[in-house]
Amino acid sequence: MSDEHHAHHHHDHDHDHGSELSPMDLRVRALESILVEKGYVDPAAIDALVEMYETRVGPRNGAQVVARTWADADFRDWLRRDATAAIASMGFEGRQGEHMVAVENTPEEHNLVVCTLCSCYPWPVLGLPPTWYKSAPYRSRAVIDPRGVLAEFGVSLPETTRIRVWDSTAEMRYLVIPMRPEGTQGWSQEKLADLVTRDAMIGTGLARDPASLASGEDAA
Amino acid sequence: MNGAQDMGGMHGFGPVQIEAGETPFHHDWERRAFGITIAMGAGGAWNLDMSRHARETLPPPDYLASSYFEIWTKGVERLVTRLGLVSEAELAAGAALEAPAPIKRVLRGRDVEAAMQRGGPTEREPAHPARFKEGDSVVTRVMNPTGHTRLPRYARGKRGVIAMVHGVHVFPDTHAHGQGEEPQWLYNVRFSGRELWGEEADAMLVVGIDAWESYLEPA
Repeated sequence: MSDEHHAHHHHDHDHDHGSELSPMDLRVRALESILVEKGYVDPAAIDALVEMYETRVGPRNGAQVVARTWADADFRDWLRRDATAAIASMGFEGRQGEHMVAVENTPEEHNLVVCTLCSCYPWPVLGLPPTWYKSAPYRSRAVIDPRGVLAEFGVSLPETTRIRVWDSTAEMRYLVIPMRPEGTQGWSQEKLADLVTRDAMIGTGLARDPASLASGEDAA
Repeated sequence: MNGAQDMGGMHGFGPVQIEAGETPFHHDWERRAFGITIAMGAGGAWNLDMSRHARETLPPPDYLASSYFEIWTKGVERLVTRLGLVSEAELAAGAALEAPAPIKRVLRGRDVEAAMQRGGPTEREPAHPARFKEGDSVVTRVMNPTGHTRLPRYARGKRGVIAMVHGVHVFPDTHAHGQGEEPQWLYNVRFSGRELWGEEADAMLVVGIDAWESYLEPA
């Protein structure tokens, strides 16, 4: 929470009429105090939820799933048959990941995940979504102009590569398995996971170039 | 409903605002808004579909001008007042003024981890066989319900192909209105970009949605 004051000073200056608190600060504080006073909400549950999703559940989980998919053919087969069970076997399960589908990128087809209607996102493997994922520019354009969206992320695919967009309109949650980069034969799963970014698992990025890890290679 | 939440294919919002190394929260109130929303959801006074519907009933100008955690906050405010858990006067005063209404349960801090690990699976046992199988041609219904639906406007009245059969799942269109789970077969349906967006569209674009059986007819 160390960025709290920082955030106020940099983002809420329009509302700083002599008060440290923005209208949303006040509004949420009021709502929380009413709900707590009436006994509907345990403030310790709010703390625990924030702690869980801010510090423990994040894209490092998904990166481990991808690395294992690349390295372990039996696991890949399981993931294709029953992604929910395969991913749960690694301890990643539950809210917003109850029904998982893994979609694998190939030279012929690149997958991109969006939720045009709200903000559906596979929490157990990726954590909470970034702001842009929930924003109007991404939600409106991912389905009609995915190449334009990808260009904004610095991703340019051959025109012959099919782009397949998954609009998360139900409780199925899609995890993109990016292509394994060349030159990573024999790498440990731990080291492979370092190549897997959050954006690569949404489809707005690709796995990192192994050369980008070159400096740390000897240590692995 | 044809609300502001149904954004697929809209123009004019500008480029995606990408932030390097972005974290889920940018203000402390966002942390609290997130926690309040999930904790109240776990209380059982409403379900996830009701929660989504509450957000999409924000008037479009309000929805479009709000950040996502603002939308969540306003959704919770709508639900607690509509269900009689909190009065408008209490929201205005920022304090409890009336006795609490009974709710099913309260999520305790110590139970958070287990509750999140459990989640809320929506798959149910089939009562009858699926109407469609992988590879079948289908057409989505043209419909404009004023209540909740998960069939986006851009995918109504379009011809597609069943790409996956996902099993039987709770039907949001009834569940969001307290009209029961009414589980139906759920499918992934893929459409060509040109079917959705016309001849000018990228020939190499495929878009899939997850669609409940009653959204679909054979084509």
